[in-house]
Amino acid sequence: MKKHGKILPALLLVLGLAVLGGCSDENSSDDPNKGGADGVTATTKEPEFGGSIVVGITQDLDSLDPHKARSAGTEEVLFNIFEGVVKPDKDGNLVPAVASDVVIAEDGMSYTFTLREGVKFHNGELVTAEDVVYSLKRCAGLLETSDPEVKVTSALSCISEIEASADAAGKSIVTITLSEANTELLGYLTGAVIPKDYDRQTEAPVGTGPFRFVSYSPLQSFVVEKNPDYYGTPAYLDKVTFKISADTDAAFMELLAGGIDIFPYLTSEQASQLTENYNIAVGTTNLVQGLFLNNAEKPFDDIRVRQALCYAVDRQEILDIVADGKGTLIGSNMYAGFAKYFNGDLVNTYEYNPDKAKQLLADAGYPDGFDMTITVPSNYQFHVDTAQVIVEQLKKVGIRAEIKLIEWTSWVNDAYRGRQFQTTVVGLDANLAPSDVLKRYQTTASSNFLSYSNEEFDRIFALAVAESDDAAKIAYYKQLQEILTNDAASVYIQDPASYVAVGKKLAGYTFYPVYVQDMSKVYYVKQK
Amino acid sequence: MRYYVKKIVSLIMVLFLIMLLTFLAFQVIPGDGAVSRLGVDAEPEEIEALREALGLNKSLPERFFRFLGGAVRGDFGMSYQYSRPVSELLAARLPATVGLAAVSILMICIISVPLGLLCARREGGFADRAVTLLTQTLMAVPAFFLGMIITFLFGVVLKWFSPGGYIPPGESFGKYLHYMIFPAAAISIPKIAMTVKFLKTSVLRERKLDYVRTARSKGNTERAVLWRHVLRNALIPVITFMGMVIADVLAGSIVIEQVFNLPGVGRLLVVAIGNRDYPVVEAIVVYIAAIVLTVNFIVDILYQRVDPRVRIK
Repeated sequence: MKKHGKILPALLLVLGLAVLGGCSDENSSDDPNKGGADGVTATTKEPEFGGSIVVGITQDLDSLDPHKARSAGTEEVLFNIFEGVVKPDKDGNLVPAVASDVVIAEDGMSYTFTLREGVKFHNGELVTAEDVVYSLKRCAGLLETSDPEVKVTSALSCISEIEASADAAGKSIVTITLSEANTELLGYLTGAVIPKDYDRQTEAPVGTGPFRFVSYSPLQSFVVEKNPDYYGTPAYLDKVTFKISADTDAAFMELLAGGIDIFPYLTSEQASQLTENYNIAVGTTNLVQGLFLNNAEKPFDDIRVRQALCYAVDRQEILDIVADGKGTLIGSNMYAGFAKYFNGDLVNTYEYNPDKAKQLLADAGYPDGFDMTITVPSNYQFHVDTAQVIVEQLKKVGIRAEIKLIEWTSWVNDAYRGRQFQTTVVGLDANLAPSDVLKRYQTTASSNFLSYSNEEFDRIFALAVAESDDAAKIAYYKQLQEILTNDAASVYIQDPASYVAVGKKLAGYTFYPVYVQDMSKVYYVKQK
Repeated sequence: MRYYVKKIVSLIMVLFLIMLLTFLAFQVIPGDGAVSRLGVDAEPEEIEALREALGLNKSLPERFFRFLGGAVRGDFGMSYQYSRPVSELLAARLPATVGLAAVSILMICIISVPLGLLCARREGGFADRAVTLLTQTLMAVPAFFLGMIITFLFGVVLKWFSPGGYIPPGESFGKYLHYMIFPAAAISIPKIAMTVKFLKTSVLRERKLDYVRTARSKGNTERAVLWRHVLRNALIPVITFMGMVIADVLAGSIVIEQVFNLPGVGRLLVVAIGNRDYPVVEAIVVYIAAIVLTVNFIVDILYQRVDPRVRIK
């Protein structure tokens, strides 16, 4: 027995150290089991002003300057502190923000903005027409000195002039004149309004949004606080900390321990494990997920092969396996959330039919199938899982597919920009303009990584962009989707479901049809 | 003296080679800082302009020597991704990594030496068999897996710490240490297991030698023989081993920082490689290499202190 006496203390030393540390911790303050019932996004509950929350994100911000930020992960966070002349609402409409009124000329050749009076930047200064002109010019690449890091929106290249003036009542006016007609430019004019010639935007960003910047430490956190001078509906919360986690797994551990209040990137499996302490909000990711085919590469240059692939992929099975059946099936390159333009008739054009697929393959000269590679960026587990299901499905029609995992930057460089790939599974996102969703299919578009080419598509696309009549525009865009489906440009799978864990004490989380994590609508539910 | 000069010259040569290899590795992998920074839908002209601004269009040797010139002066340039000086980024992350390594090494020393001696003294006893079984098992567990178990057990179930939490030492040193202990345990437990086994074998080997019998016959107690005579000799191979362990701990901390979400140098390195943030990667690689080389240098000197017979020529 003596021997035990000596070994135990030694063995427990590690544990002992841990216990000592454990005492100084103070995470007992919130019991997530209390309060909150069902319905996360319902706004019927009585909100309470004040409080602070931690929102988990898994990507570091690529820049704090809104015009330099490229990644969707950054844009969705910066939405809280910046606004453009217009900004998207939860239904996908563009609503006035810094501008109080917009007039688009009948001929689609000019846009006139009346600026809202009394809008203040976070530094206390009033927004002037010069600031707006400066911001728009910076986004359009029209400033005299250009910073190579600033993202120049290519769609704005049709702008010939941006001018400030005043109307009869003395209100500030900003007028944009175009060199060619375009009636859907508004979707690209959401770029942040920032103070003119303020050069510390990357360190201490200044905007006009419902929250203002507090601090940022790379790979750790981005903190914002309520903007007390906000002209619109004020935020409920006093402070929001966006905590940057290494990956979804690390964040999931933090969720289990209750260290994060809101986390937007869960898998369906993770979501189902969190129901005890969190409400799970389900929305859409607004992506076009597909098995994208390199139309210039053999054998995918043959329409029969592409159609065979469409018939051979059982999209419903993919949904069931990788996403618990959640998600919206699509049949062309448009996500269902963009309801106005979504062509629902195309969803079932290629109903799962392996026999038809085999027949088409035989017609194309591949009765025994062929070998192909699916290149997938390894950081997107969801797409990797999807690709695995596809590999199994393709086996049934004799196609031997192999998954090649590559790292994200390599994917961007080789597959996307270099077009060196056969097929790939990714999700494509877009701006709030139908042309932005479809523009990559134009023969000469630099983003046409599929090397798709169809003269009819190019012709109708040009008509659609210039059309000012809404009904005609919608008809054009639906027709464009139909062309893509008929050509089987790629295998369009789904608009994946998005699972968001929201602490049980919170409510008001709102889904947007674009990448946005709007924290100004989130609030603590008043306890009775 | 000549020895030290020789040692330092070879140290510098190795560092130079490491920098060169890292630099070349970045030429081979697809994509560069400009492509990564500007993302998917940048126009080719935009990428070209940023390449020009970042100096990525200059010739290979020119870029390397420009970098080298800066590095010698301690200036690693600006991060492509964060547009901040690399040294500033690195300085902000050092506390987490250095603390993690220090606590890990401390834990290894404090725990493995008594345990190893205990096993050697009571060879074949219950304690020895229990510890041997435990070390055999723990040696086989990878640190990242242990990290996940620790996070789950102590963070999620017992709530002794909040996973993903970190407090900078400047804010509260106690809390900082608290957050270091759990990841440090994940790194050190497999290493402790190895060190215990190593030390035990080494002590047992020494105890069979003649000088031990002499020491005993002079009337020394068993404890005195062990601590004063055997341990000193047994430590020589252990010190060499510890030198390797320290290098391992640094490498291990890269993975563990990821698991525990610590804002350390390791996580910065992983992110920087993904972003092709070459100046940051190069600086971190140099930093890690410098530490490993320095530790080896110190081990050599310690060697001589413990065993004066070892003469360094």
